[in-house]
Amino acid sequence: MRLLALDSLIVGEKGIVNTINGGRTASRRLYEMGFNRGSSVQMVKNDIGPVIVSLAGSKIALGKGLARKILVQPEQVR
Amino acid sequence: MDTIALVGNPNSGKTTLFNVLTGTNQHVGNWPGVTVEKKAGKTKYKDKEYAVVDLPGAYGLGGYSEDEAITRDFVLEGKHDIVINVVDATNLERNLYLTTLLLEMGTKLVIALNMADEAENQNIKIDLARLSQELGVKVIPTVASRGRGIDDLMKATEETINQEIHRNSISYGEDIDGKLCYIENRIEQRVNSSKYPPKWLALKLLENDKQIIDRFLEDNEDGQDLLKEIKSAGEEVVAASGMEPELAILDKRYEFVSRALENSVSKPKENGETLSDKIDKIVTHKFLGIPIFALVMFLIYQLTFTLGQDVLGEMAAEGMASLGLWIGKWLETINAPGILTLFVTDGVFGGVGAVLEFIPIIIVMYLLFGLLEDSGYLARAAYIMDRSMRALGLHGKTFISMLIGTGCNVPGIMATRTMENKKDRMIAILINPFMSCGARLPIYMVFIAAFFPKHGGLVLFSLYGLGIAIALIMGKIFSKTLFKGEETFFIMELPPYRLPTLKGTLIYMKEQVLSFVKRAGTVIFAVVSLLWVLAILPYGVDPHSEVSILGRIGNFIAPIFKPAGFGTWQASVGLFAGIAAKEVVVATLGMVYAGVEEGARLISTIAGVFTPLSAYSFMVMTLLYTPCAATIATVYRETNSKRWAVFVATYTFAIAWILSTLVYQVGRLFGLS
Ligand SMILES: Nc1nc2c(ncn2[C@@H]2O[C@H](COP(=O)(O)OP(=O)(O)O)[C@@H](O)[C@H]2O)c(=O)[nH]1
Repeated sequence: MRLLALDSLIVGEKGIVNTINGGRTASRRLYEMGFNRGSSVQMVKNDIGPVIVSLAGSKIALGKGLARKILVQPEQVR
Repeated sequence: MDTIALVGNPNSGKTTLFNVLTGTNQHVGNWPGVTVEKKAGKTKYKDKEYAVVDLPGAYGLGGYSEDEAITRDFVLEGKHDIVINVVDATNLERNLYLTTLLLEMGTKLVIALNMADEAENQNIKIDLARLSQELGVKVIPTVASRGRGIDDLMKATEETINQEIHRNSISYGEDIDGKLCYIENRIEQRVNSSKYPPKWLALKLLENDKQIIDRFLEDNEDGQDLLKEIKSAGEEVVAASGMEPELAILDKRYEFVSRALENSVSKPKENGETLSDKIDKIVTHKFLGIPIFALVMFLIYQLTFTLGQDVLGEMAAEGMASLGLWIGKWLETINAPGILTLFVTDGVFGGVGAVLEFIPIIIVMYLLFGLLEDSGYLARAAYIMDRSMRALGLHGKTFISMLIGTGCNVPGIMATRTMENKKDRMIAILINPFMSCGARLPIYMVFIAAFFPKHGGLVLFSLYGLGIAIALIMGKIFSKTLFKGEETFFIMELPPYRLPTLKGTLIYMKEQVLSFVKRAGTVIFAVVSLLWVLAILPYGVDPHSEVSILGRIGNFIAPIFKPAGFGTWQASVGLFAGIAAKEVVVATLGMVYAGVEEGARLISTIAGVFTPLSAYSFMVMTLLYTPCAATIATVYRETNSKRWAVFVATYTFAIAWILSTLVYQVGRLFGLS
């Protein structure tokens, strides 16, 4: 199984959240915002500044540093 | 009277529901130090009154941000009779997580399935009976923005209050369930164990919730034993599942949610690009984002000043002036004592009246900010600014609190509550006073009229800009020194764009204006009266003169300001009074310089005693120096530390003094004075 950091997805690409490698507060926050294991995310914007992803129908902006801590399993073949 | 607490994720429509329930029958915690931070109101259903409390929006109840801690502690204290959990029907996967936490707490619960109209538009089908059965609580569809479903919601609320309390029905898997049961028994064996439900406490202890563990130890000095046992139970969980108990439990909550949704909700496959997506493509664009944001801000200030100041402000000023005249005449006709007449016309109308003239500006400013926030754009602004702010070691949301600070520092500082990270939040609080609030504006207006009538816009812009620059520089310094090395992160939901409701906007505006008027009627009235008394004592001196008590105070402070170019007793008294409230600076200057509060005579007097250079230096001083008492009190309350409050009061003064002295001295070198 190949895992990628969330911030390396390109726009439009989808992934399934697998692990979060953050500190305790950051991981907890991410889980509570809906980045739990198994949830599906899609990259909406990934250029400068924080990335924007779509998660269960809502849009969430997260800093690159934080996005890097989320490991996803990409859904589409690149 | 039964109490209903509203709990929900941010942007679930909680505030809208609160407004529908309570209508105009609500009161709001307004200026800090005086009231609570929660909104409360009353609603009626079938001739029975209910108290309604609106708690801050929360994603979880771990107390990671101040808002969440407030919400959690309120629900824990149990002063309410029932919780209405407002959820966004278009986003149940995420919204119901909070619901699981409420279920665990064992509080009585009804779910308001809000945004039912949007769910319908998106073709989301929800089997209400089924969902309600899965969750074990009543689920009532509502459209808060149109007031639909409210009667049904209240009916369900009434029924649920009269029912037996709900029991937690989430299973965390055999292993964890067993351990929880054991811990719960152990807790129950202790008589004094805790004020919390044992089952919930067991869960939190196993989850390793630091705050709850600390509170548990406070209540149980011999609690270490149990904690040790729990720790080894936790290690067993890790061994069995490969996950920390905290995460394993979290996973199970989400599993519970998805199982509940599996058979009750059907969602169509993602439907193409929405209008929100299209707008976002433009306003968050990597090159266009910042210019668009700057334009929006420019329009807001422009509208505030043209509409609020020039049109409505003039009208208000004239109204105030004629009211003052009229009352003065009336007092003379009924032969009121001269001193009273003087006090009313001079002190009350001069001071408080001058302040009330700013109501139109406040109305327009808050109206526009309210619209901006409700529409969903403000979240985008934080997103856009995050990158630039990050370069300075600051958080995107800091910029939002700074923007709100240009209206008033008090709500600006309170807006930092949504920041999860202590470091980001502390910095945002400490630098907020440099944002030039609305109350400082009249001071600039007087000096601009006296010295820079042709370049008013430019001078104003330079002052606001200076405030922002100093705030950012100090922010950078703080993040490199005081709060070095703490981890910070940016995460923020971007809600879909929605049309703000007129009702919500009006209620929001009313709150702001009322609290402003209240302040004018209390704090500012008191300060102005006191200053007025100081200005006519000791009995027999020329009122407002150098030999009055006020004059002597001014003379005592004046030498400090000599290097900055305005070491007169009058200017010193004005600044001194401004620490109570910035609104009284102009009123005080008016009293001591011209024996009038405002207007042409004050302006011409000031033109005689200041120079353009010392006038600018004075404006820099008023921009940056010690914030008003209400702001200092807010810093105290939000940081819960007297030291930080004193720090803010003094370091701002030091910086203001250095900068205005620098302006004056450098200006003199260039031969400006
Ligand atoms: N379409 C629709 N919009 C709603 C509904 N309830 C609230 N809104 C809008 O959603 C936005 C956010 O609502 P608000 O009450 O501020 O959310 P809060 O953050 O939970 O307090 C506002 O623009 C409301 O007008 C609803 O039932 N349907």
